[in-house]
Amino acid sequence: MAKITYIEHDGTKHVVDVKTGLSVMEGAVKNNIPGIDADCGGACACATCHVYVDEAWVSKTGERSAMEESMLDFAEGVEDNSRLSCQIKVTDALDGLVVRMPESQH
Amino acid sequence: MTDQTAPTTGHVVILGAGHAGGTAAALLRQYGFAGPITLVGEEPIPPYQRPPLSKAWLKGEADAESLALKPLEFYAEHDIDFRPGVRAVQLKRSDRTVVLSDGSTLSYDILILATGARAIALPIPGADLPGVMFLRTAADAEQLKAAVGPGKTLAVVGGGYIGLEVAASGRALGAEVVVLERESRLLARVACPELSDFFRGYHEKHGVRFELGCSVVGFEGEGHVTGVKLASGQVVPCDAVVVGVGAHPNDELASDAGLETARGVVVDLDARTSDPAVFAIGDVAHRPMPIYDRMFRMESVPNALEQAKQAACAITGRPRPPGECPWQWSDQYDLKLQIAGYAFDADGIVVRGDPASGKFAVFHLKGDQVQAVEAINAPPEFMMGKQLILNRKPVDKAKLADVTISMKEVAA
Repeated sequence: MAKITYIEHDGTKHVVDVKTGLSVMEGAVKNNIPGIDADCGGACACATCHVYVDEAWVSKTGERSAMEESMLDFAEGVEDNSRLSCQIKVTDALDGLVVRMPESQH
Repeated sequence: MTDQTAPTTGHVVILGAGHAGGTAAALLRQYGFAGPITLVGEEPIPPYQRPPLSKAWLKGEADAESLALKPLEFYAEHDIDFRPGVRAVQLKRSDRTVVLSDGSTLSYDILILATGARAIALPIPGADLPGVMFLRTAADAEQLKAAVGPGKTLAVVGGGYIGLEVAASGRALGAEVVVLERESRLLARVACPELSDFFRGYHEKHGVRFELGCSVVGFEGEGHVTGVKLASGQVVPCDAVVVGVGAHPNDELASDAGLETARGVVVDLDARTSDPAVFAIGDVAHRPMPIYDRMFRMESVPNALEQAKQAACAITGRPRPPGECPWQWSDQYDLKLQIAGYAFDADGIVVRGDPASGKFAVFHLKGDQVQAVEAINAPPEFMMGKQLILNRKPVDKAKLADVTISMKEVAA
């Protein structure tokens, strides 16, 4: 279980508990948190679950896969701390994770 | 179809709790719709994602809970009356009511038809033998999962997405798999010959057997299927069968009620039917696609999402969402196939990348405009292809074929 803080583009914070084994994307979608669209349901096929991982957590969330890297390349406003949240698996080690959503996913 | 400013109160009834219906309900609340919403579904579980049924579910990596679009509590928490295990049996548009299979009646101010499509059954002897299965619902997936494993032979009728994904999953579970396809190549309706050949080769490398250009005329067995009979007289022995030969839209409710249908409920760009109080979204809808100047019915998750958005925006008075490039995906083994667009009147193709590398794309062009792209493990080609299809920017075919020139440069 991990407590994850999702911050919308306008600053609105949502703090939720997410079960280990779900993706960071699923944590948002299942809690109806706006700002992550996840059109393909986590198949790494749409790049609409883009998030910015808080600097303090970047190393703990792991590396982007080659497929993720390719897909991210076509999202908007991509930074070094950008990830596709469907590719980040939640573990106890991510308890306290903070992610920010971009203004739009399309 | 008139432009109507719909009430932000009033009762919205959604018939069908699949991907389109479930998303429409959630979006209405997200967009601030304050009136009552009733979501009616014939399955016993809340809306869920179907794509993983042929993949993660079969491999035991997903279940109804993990695939649910929203947890069950979401609906009550957001004042959405979710009614599982019930079907609509009659639509009476003159008094705006729907009769349900449990005998109850619902009144609506706005109706959204999201009744989806049902798997086509082959009208041949033995079709109702135990062991002859479809793959449409979670219940189907659970049944199929139990039937597949080492020592079992699975016959797959139909070499389309369902068939090939099931074949891949079947092999991953250690079953023998034979795919029986009517056409001379796989994915005949949805992909080009180059892609068909590629997939056949890949599946054969993973031990899948194919019988192409064959006609299935019956299923044999006493009390359980034991073989598939072909027109040639040959019988293919098996322990279970999955029939994946297409889906038929559940538009009978609409046509019986006098709505315009054309193998699907006809709608406009707001997902509105010929009755301004009734919308139709997802697999059941026959919709306009402006970039191709034609109408058709799409069976894909992206379509369900886009149309749910169209309806929810129209109902809540939001501007119509910008038109999207239709797209879909299929995962087989470690191959990610991403398709954008439809090659309706393409007159040429450009292959970018080497199929032997397992990473390539086939672009379909009309003149020098990209109409469709089929990308295998090639996200840049897919993502950039979508943009090119939408903006219709002419491309230099030589550059497109040259993998040393990035897709961003090609599209510049």
